[in-house]
Amino acid sequence: VDDELRVEVDADVCVGAGQCALVAPDVFDQDDTDGVVRLLAPHPDAASYPAVREAAALCPSRAIRIVAPGRRA
Amino acid sequence: VNVPARPPAGRTLQPGSLPTARTGRFDPPPELAWIRAREPLSPLRYPDGHLGWLVTGYHLARTVLSDPRFSADSALKRVPVPRPGADPFMGAPALPGWLVDMDPPAHTRIRRALAGQFTVRRVAALRSGIARIVAEALDAMTAAGPPADLVAEFALPVPSMAICELLGVPYRDRDEFHRHSTTLFALDASAADADAAMATLTGYLRDLVRHKRVRRGPDLLSDVAARDALTDGELAGAGVLLLTAGHETVAGMLGLGTLALLCHPAQREALVRGRVPVDDAVEELLRYLTIFQFGVPRTPVEDVPLAGRVIRAGQSVTVSLPAANRDPDRYPRPDTLALSRVARGHLAFGYGVHQCVGQHLARLELRLAYPALFARLPGLRIAGGPDDVRLSHDMGFYGVHQLPVAW
Repeated sequence: VDDELRVEVDADVCVGAGQCALVAPDVFDQDDTDGVVRLLAPHPDAASYPAVREAAALCPSRAIRIVAPGRRA
Repeated sequence: VNVPARPPAGRTLQPGSLPTARTGRFDPPPELAWIRAREPLSPLRYPDGHLGWLVTGYHLARTVLSDPRFSADSALKRVPVPRPGADPFMGAPALPGWLVDMDPPAHTRIRRALAGQFTVRRVAALRSGIARIVAEALDAMTAAGPPADLVAEFALPVPSMAICELLGVPYRDRDEFHRHSTTLFALDASAADADAAMATLTGYLRDLVRHKRVRRGPDLLSDVAARDALTDGELAGAGVLLLTAGHETVAGMLGLGTLALLCHPAQREALVRGRVPVDDAVEELLRYLTIFQFGVPRTPVEDVPLAGRVIRAGQSVTVSLPAANRDPDRYPRPDTLALSRVARGHLAFGYGVHQCVGQHLARLELRLAYPALFARLPGLRIAGGPDDVRLSHDMGFYGVHQLPVAW
């Protein structure tokens, strides 16, 4: 079992609503031309886990997937 | 909160039309709460006799709005509150650039042409400009009053000037486009008047877009035009949507939100004294007031099993955002305005691929405007009699037509 949280994004379904960049700016950014998500940290710091989970829950196009839940925090 | 007693319990509700009559200034029609408690997915009778569905539960609303089988295509759309004499079934393809009436991939192409202009980073860079607009509106209002109509002097000019500067629309034309956008969102406007307002606004934006293609300015319309991703017609249509929605919605939230804060002195005090973060306060006001008042129309393109029922392909669905945002399964004591609660995740901006593209701009305007208003005018109060406060029951976006104040 992976101890670290791992996150993936699906840029094809992203609509650039920016919820992720709002709540977890250390992990997600947006492209300046189309607003689409840019993943800055596929293995974020444990301190960011709650924000990453919230970003995944808030994402309106369900473009964020937490592929390993991260058991450390 | 004045909520009438519930109707007698029964197994299934008889399908009725969408409740629209409010009994409190800030609360959705009370029948929505009864319906949600019994059946968060319930049969809904549309004005043309069509039997469809009403979604009032928060979790079901998110499910429907994020499921691509529920189409937003206006060719399939039926609205629960049509204009007088208009067919509730829209049955026409989306106008060019009118992305709220489209599904992916057509929607995605237009959305992406715009979304880069509204990223969190881009909007944050507008902060000082919006703060200046807020301060100037307060200067003008305090120079001329008291008294003042808070809507005409503050709630409308702030978002109107902000969206004009962002888009590159001349602010001197505001009276004209505000009149047309009021017609566009007024439920009692005839279909012919609404069509005429739409045609005038689209023509105005098309001329502006053509001008920007030749003489580029430091604004959104020029930037998007320069990328050549959209035709003149598409950018004009999207521009009408951004211009009208961009000022009517925030104006509604500023007017109604100010009224709500004036009517909840303890909450206002907590905000003014910094006991609640302004960002949290704004999210709670968005949830509590949810001004997109009659719901989002969707149509399944195939049979969809949902909450123990089957929604048949082509059966119209209305998702009530005000009802979903007052769902006690999601928000404890949902009918209480509690600025300190964590309201994030509310559906005031919608959900799914159509979630408001300008939401960060709206947030920024509200986060700057409420505190500045109460800091500048600590004695702000409602002036005149109760009838002088005119609420916009007659608009797609709920808000305040007129709010006389003194200080």
